[in-house]
Amino acid sequence: MENEKKGTAIVITSGKGGVGKTTTSANVGSGLAILGKSVVVVDADIGLRNLDVVLGLENRIVYDIVDVVEKNCRLKQGLIRDKRFDNLYLLPAAQTRDKSAIKPEQMIELINELKEIFDYIIIDCPAGIEQGFQYSIAGADQAIIVTTPEISAVRDADRVIGILEAKGLHNPKLIINRIRPEMVKRGDMMNREDIEDILAIDLLGIVPDDEEIVISTNKGEPAVIERRSLAGNAYMNISRRIIGEEVELLDLDNNGEGKFTKILKLLFSK
Amino acid sequence: MELFKIFKKQEKSKNVAKERLKLVLVHDRADLSPRFLDMIKTDIIRVISEYAEIDEEGLDIKLTRMKKDGDLTPISALVANIPLVKINNMDRN
Repeated sequence: MENEKKGTAIVITSGKGGVGKTTTSANVGSGLAILGKSVVVVDADIGLRNLDVVLGLENRIVYDIVDVVEKNCRLKQGLIRDKRFDNLYLLPAAQTRDKSAIKPEQMIELINELKEIFDYIIIDCPAGIEQGFQYSIAGADQAIIVTTPEISAVRDADRVIGILEAKGLHNPKLIINRIRPEMVKRGDMMNREDIEDILAIDLLGIVPDDEEIVISTNKGEPAVIERRSLAGNAYMNISRRIIGEEVELLDLDNNGEGKFTKILKLLFSK
Repeated sequence: MELFKIFKKQEKSKNVAKERLKLVLVHDRADLSPRFLDMIKTDIIRVISEYAEIDEEGLDIKLTRMKKDGDLTPISALVANIPLVKINNMDRN
């Protein structure tokens, strides 16, 4: 037992689908790996596997999470090493099975095993609050709630916060995704304060709506790696906050630039 | 009247969203059934009525979530808004 770790398991959840759970899982996983942590991202969305393509690892899959749980293979055989970071691994979902393939107790056992190998276990939870959600949160120590500034997403987030609380997963952290600063300015989109006010949980980060996310997903390269975009920087900041660093929120009104950079740009732009 | 509408400032759509959301969440969060909430309401009216005249139409009882003073985990709270018409003058011994 020489290199036994006691990692932290964090479930990324939202209730509503399509708000960016998988994108967040891929970017936070990569971000933590960039920060030198050993990380495994677990795709818990059985039957609707996607974390593999977002990470660009779809061609390397041999075994999956159900194979591991059913002991058709050893845990280490199921883990796929990332192309870019040798301290980042993926445990892919099974594509030809459904959510009944895993029981919460099996998930707890799996997560406990992973905690002995990795610093962070990032669990990409399926949408909804049924079976898939139930086993996804079973082994988690912490939860991150992803929402967008829309009524439907915030409502579902509130519901999930309530369920997590009832299950003993306290103090979930909030990521507000796909903020559009120009709409917020106009008063046509709820801002960070509005959503914090309603959900009353701690904010972990805000991520602007960014074309770069589409482009990076097309390529299978999480935006946090190259960090050419605001969203990529936002995810890096979120990763830093997870490991306990204090990082200021991005200033979306000024394109994420501080006042100083802005002045410099003004001075040298002509 | 129509003319006034033109000059009236258009309500920001995010405020509309926020208000609608708050209302919906009050109901979502109320894990108690409407019947149960109604029973509480009736009992509160009965007790308060012994001491004061209540405006029953304006009575509002709802479940909400709030943070306690120490900024701890949010807790559920039953919030009652009971408009009093008149306090009964009671003979205090």
